[in-house]
Amino acid sequence: MTHTVLIGLGVLIAILTVVSVFGWLPSLRIVPDDTHFDFTRFRRISFPISAALSIVAITLFFTHGLNFGIDFKGGTLLEVRAKSGAADIAAMRTTLDGLRLGEVQLQQFGGPENVLIRVAEQPGGDAAQQEAVQKVRAALGDSVEYRRVEVVGPRVSGELLAYGMLGLMLAILGILIYLWFRFEWQFALGAMIANVHDIVLTIGFMSISQVDFDLTSIAALLTILGYSLNDTVVIYDRIREMLRRYKKMPMPQLLNESINSTLSRSIITHFTVTLALLALLLFGGHAIHSFTAVMMFGVVLVGTYTSIFIAAPILIYLGVGEHREDAPDTATPAKKNKA
Amino acid sequence: MLYFTRWKALGIILTALIVCLCAIPNFFPEEQVKTWPAWAQRRLVLGLDLQGGSYLLLEVDSNYVKKERLDQVRDDVRRTLRDAKIGFTGGVTVRNDAVEVRITKEGDAQAALAKLRELSQPLGGLMGSSGQRDLEVADAGGGVIRLSIPQAAMLDRMRKTIEQSIQIVERRVNELGTVEPVIQRQGNDRILVQVPGLQDPTRLKELLGKTAKMEFRMVDTSVPPDQAQQGRLPPESELLMSASPPPTPYVVKKQVLVAGGDLTDAQASFDQRTGEPVVSFKFNSSGARKFSQATTENVGLPFAIVLDNKVISAPVIREPITGGQGQISGNFTVQSANDLAILLRAGALPAPLTVVEERTVGPGLGQDSIEKGELAAYVGSILVIVFMLLTYRLFGVFANIAVAINVAMIFGLLSLLNATLTLPGIAGIVLTVGIAVDSNVLIYERIREELRGGRNAISAIDAGFKRALATILDSNITTFIAAAVLFYIGTGPVRGFAVTLGIGIITTVFTAFTMTRLIVAWWVRWKRPQSVPI
Repeated sequence: MTHTVLIGLGVLIAILTVVSVFGWLPSLRIVPDDTHFDFTRFRRISFPISAALSIVAITLFFTHGLNFGIDFKGGTLLEVRAKSGAADIAAMRTTLDGLRLGEVQLQQFGGPENVLIRVAEQPGGDAAQQEAVQKVRAALGDSVEYRRVEVVGPRVSGELLAYGMLGLMLAILGILIYLWFRFEWQFALGAMIANVHDIVLTIGFMSISQVDFDLTSIAALLTILGYSLNDTVVIYDRIREMLRRYKKMPMPQLLNESINSTLSRSIITHFTVTLALLALLLFGGHAIHSFTAVMMFGVVLVGTYTSIFIAAPILIYLGVGEHREDAPDTATPAKKNKA
Repeated sequence: MLYFTRWKALGIILTALIVCLCAIPNFFPEEQVKTWPAWAQRRLVLGLDLQGGSYLLLEVDSNYVKKERLDQVRDDVRRTLRDAKIGFTGGVTVRNDAVEVRITKEGDAQAALAKLRELSQPLGGLMGSSGQRDLEVADAGGGVIRLSIPQAAMLDRMRKTIEQSIQIVERRVNELGTVEPVIQRQGNDRILVQVPGLQDPTRLKELLGKTAKMEFRMVDTSVPPDQAQQGRLPPESELLMSASPPPTPYVVKKQVLVAGGDLTDAQASFDQRTGEPVVSFKFNSSGARKFSQATTENVGLPFAIVLDNKVISAPVIREPITGGQGQISGNFTVQSANDLAILLRAGALPAPLTVVEERTVGPGLGQDSIEKGELAAYVGSILVIVFMLLTYRLFGVFANIAVAINVAMIFGLLSLLNATLTLPGIAGIVLTVGIAVDSNVLIYERIREELRGGRNAISAIDAGFKRALATILDSNITTFIAAAVLFYIGTGPVRGFAVTLGIGIITTVFTAFTMTRLIVAWWVRWKRPQSVPI
């Protein structure tokens, strides 16, 4: 089935390519050529909304918490598939409850034959986790296929969490330093506020949706950081260019012009990234499902909003371009015009 | 921006071509690639999450290593003082990570200190230049002498223990007949074992979980085991339990006749009379001599074969065994006889290993993940390609060519680095396709803008490239920083994602700066366009 679809799509591409080469295709404009939205005026709405959402996210984080996966919590995870027919979850639950392993969660996913078993971390160190997984294997026996078995001991889980958090901080710091070198400090600060905003909202999303928070979530968070910044940097680049070119333009108008002139790029790029993520979300399988879901939320929803409605307008408050008239070209000789 | 010298154009195309060609070995079966010259053998390695297999992280018990060392020091102290005829009270004790001894007569204290200092050796043997020693001998006052192990000495000991352990682990894993296992040291006290294709690591864990310290000792027949259990144990003996159920106590002398280190070979076989599985072994010459002497002296008495402080069997010596070989029987199954033979051949671990992390993926899930990853990659790419064609038409074709080259280069570079491809890694490639077109979008949108600003076609294209490239560089470096951090902190699948993301960024910047520009430059030279169909 899928092969036919793929071949069909391949033929479509070939036809479109030929048509494009000969110029018979009408151009598709998602965003009109000359937009003049007053984005910066929205800051009076977007800033309070973002502040409120951030507070909600932080509250959620402390009340609801994150659904720590075994990477960070320790314990055992088994993905099993019944060898014949649907898995009898009730019977499996009874069997596993009889092992007295504390909290055992069973969850069906991706079809009636698949079951995800989570066994909470056992007291008694690393060896106890190993005993637990042996007991589960012995109890379920040969009736199921063991598709995935993960056991993380208490010390390793602690280290992984510490490493993950350290990585997140390092990434933010590294990006901050880079932006500081390439732009002025206000830009770096603005990007960092946007950054933290992205991460806080995404953590709020993870708290609501209760997706597993594990190493891949850290990977998703870091990717969101990278892409959100990617977007922010494109707009900042334009703002810097405009600042050099139009010495007298009022700041809100200059920011608006910058956002509007990069708007079609922002939207087209996000559309392509969304297409790629959508393919991963729909066809990539459950192993990367939460990874792509988090990324979809972070990159597509939060990232775009942040760079347009937070990262750019915040420059007004950080005092970018305030004294341009008093300080003509010579004031910023260090900035080499690369463009 | 649109002018390339002939050499520059050639250089760009050759670079891209060579990098792309590096991906070729992936399209041939592995056996065939093995016959190629070494430089052509580099290919992608599938991660354990895709090909299935077991990942074990083992930890060497550092407390055990420390305790072993302290016990050894304690015995040395006792012997040294006895040899020097220096009296001590209250015995030699191990307390607070140190060995302590109280010298009875105050006058002996200096002599004792001098004698015990001789136990301390310079670190790193005769070549040791650090001036550090493996033992610190100090006068703790009140006639007490304290011997402690300095930090550096402990680290040195751990390093050696890990090195030895890795060798033993390697031998044991190889005995399983697995394909290309990876065994690496990780950190100060951990060993990483990756065994592709292993579905159930239970046996592997059993093999690695045993220290396999083998000893031949005499059974102490002066006390029956049940009396010994009640505390009437002679000081030179100890009470050990049987290895196989039901647990039976044995009183065994502490003195070791022959140790496992003297074994040269061990094989599982069948007893010729009873037909039950046994392990037959051979001693080296010194082991054979010791064993022959011991069995000659003790005909008619039982001796115990002890493995990790458990008695496997305690046969009676019927006649002197002088040939340097013998067999162990002890309620073995074929499997357990085989495992014991493996353990004996591989040698004893210097310290016990604990599994602190285990991740096993069955071949079914791995295959599923590959299929799903491939499908997602195809669908994602096709969607992006179609979208680019609809949006930019001819320039969409240019962008798609650039993206295709980009992806081919990613695979080439990954192969060149022998990188590991994981499922998140595939996600990274799909995401790169989404983001790679971003560089084209940036350029094209800038060209559109310049056209609106009133420039003519060629000057707009030129300016579009010029302005967009700086932005492309800036925006990609930030993502690259995130990828680099991820590579540094991540393990396994996550690291695979970081690798593809990072390499994807490099190839994206390369294609934007060279290939896309080159293609557009050729088109401009060929067409001399008055307007840009963008």
